[in-house]
Amino acid sequence: MKKCEFKLLIGEKNIAEAELQGDWLIGNVVPDIESVKQQLQQQNCTRLNLNSKQLGRWDSRLALFLFELEKYCKQKKIALDIHSLPTSVQGLLKQASAFPVRESGNKDKQESSFIASVGLVTLSIYNETQKMLTFVGEVCLSALRLMRGKACFRQRDLWLIMQECGPGALAIVTLISLLVGLILAFVGAMQLKIFGAQIYVANLVGLGMAREMGAMMTAIIMAGRTGAAFASQLGSMQVNEEIDALETLGISPIDFLVLPRMLALIIMLPLLCLYADFMGILGGLMVSVSLLDLTVVEYLIQTKSALDLNDFLTGLIKSSVFGVLVALSGCLSGMQCGRSSSSVGDAATAAVVAGIVSVVVADAILTVIYQIIDF
Amino acid sequence: MKEVHIEVNNLTMAYDDFVIQQQLNFKIHKGDIFIVMGGNGCGKSTLLRHLLGLKKPAKGEIYYQNKNLWAISEAERKKIMRSNGVMYQSGALWSSLTLAENIALPLKEYTDLSDHEIQGLAYFKLALVGLVGFEEYYPSEISGGMKKRAGLARALALDPDILFFDEPSAGLDPVSAKLLDDLILSIQASLGATIVVVTHDLPSLFAIGTDAIFLDTMSKTLIAQGAPNDLLKNCPNPTVQQFLSRGMNE
Repeated sequence: MKKCEFKLLIGEKNIAEAELQGDWLIGNVVPDIESVKQQLQQQNCTRLNLNSKQLGRWDSRLALFLFELEKYCKQKKIALDIHSLPTSVQGLLKQASAFPVRESGNKDKQESSFIASVGLVTLSIYNETQKMLTFVGEVCLSALRLMRGKACFRQRDLWLIMQECGPGALAIVTLISLLVGLILAFVGAMQLKIFGAQIYVANLVGLGMAREMGAMMTAIIMAGRTGAAFASQLGSMQVNEEIDALETLGISPIDFLVLPRMLALIIMLPLLCLYADFMGILGGLMVSVSLLDLTVVEYLIQTKSALDLNDFLTGLIKSSVFGVLVALSGCLSGMQCGRSSSSVGDAATAAVVAGIVSVVVADAILTVIYQIIDF
Repeated sequence: MKEVHIEVNNLTMAYDDFVIQQQLNFKIHKGDIFIVMGGNGCGKSTLLRHLLGLKKPAKGEIYYQNKNLWAISEAERKKIMRSNGVMYQSGALWSSLTLAENIALPLKEYTDLSDHEIQGLAYFKLALVGLVGFEEYYPSEISGGMKKRAGLARALALDPDILFFDEPSAGLDPVSAKLLDDLILSIQASLGATIVVVTHDLPSLFAIGTDAIFLDTMSKTLIAQGAPNDLLKNCPNPTVQQFLSRGMNE
């Protein structure tokens, strides 16, 4: 590549001549447009003639340079003569300025002041809350219709979704809750060993899993797995106008799509939670037997004496609440999805975030309530 | 004089504060093939959503045979909506159901027919659009043109009074587009339904349209009304002329 140059010669009567030399290609170093502008400014030119006798190869790089130069010349009222340039360059330049600038084209992004943006955020929170409450209301109405036997959805859909979010999640729930049980036991064992109270690892793991971790971990897994799936399923139906098609036929999309998903998760999450409780206890047992010299029977008897049915019940109640929350946030984000494929991704993200946050908040609230009513 | 089927009165369409079209006034007569045309982004599909009752007007009214769509009870509005068949741009078939099930779903919901009869009807509607042998396929397993035809079969499921088409020829090759036009004409002839087509495909709008409106992006309102062929001959508006002649008369 030959070096490219822009040689500016100031002639008489403020008429400037410029010579374009070398290869004006993308990747080649071209003269800085700003310094050219400065030179023109200093010389106070009224006319600029461009020559291209020694111009080598060229591509859009040259066109861009000339386009900017032309804009500058127009602004400063310098007459720019490009007649001696190759006709193809002239054509390109002409095409670039052929279309009028549309005023509504570039949305003007005004920097809003701090107070204005606080106001906007507050308004959007208000709107979002309103939308969410509307959705919850619609789901409640639809649940009422279900109880009166008037809601329309296909039972096969319900079974399929139940299979997908129940048995389909068994493997990952097994792995996670086994490991959580293991971790609980391990941390507990280190501390309890100091007092020679290793046997109480069983209490720690049993109570921890049944009252707290079983429900919480399954809910978080399901938020990431099923909540996101719900959001993207409903979102892509929104993109594909399938939900419009339901509405025009007078079939409520809430009844037909949201209700079976809610039901499936509300039924399956407590079952998964119970399963996770036992898996966690199994994890604790593995640590205790291998590290703490406890026998299997000792551990199980201790667990049995530490736990009563109420403990499992607290976890199960929690997990049904979590089921509602995860399904709601998944379906809500899906139904509110925009009409492009990127908004499906946003909907899935929003569903997982909202699901996990609401699960943890609800867990905290429920734990406090249990404390107060001594459950 | 033909009976008025849909009347739109002073309609303004907007998303939040952003006005798309305003002061729309037009009537769709029974048995017409009514074309909604206009350039990209002028609000054709949004108008369709308003006519279907999916979106509430920012201002103005839509009357279905003298019933104001947004002043009647929800149950009544749903009844009107149900008498509309819609073919969406992408087909909008329910992806978890087979083609036959797609057509059977509205039938199951709104008729007392037995499962056997419903299946027979679904197969018949698919045969009407030339999809014999594809009844048990899922929408993801068939081509774009077939999806459109299946969408049409579903739109016909409840024997609608009005059929809406959202860009029927978009994404189809000229021959398939022509076939779809013929299909629309023959359905119109045999069912006598009112047909509303949103399109900017010139050959098809000249071939089938008996009445039309033209929505303009710049002035944000409708600037011409009449049969497409008349508009081409007689409409003085340069934007309409340019559109209908593909910019040839410039």
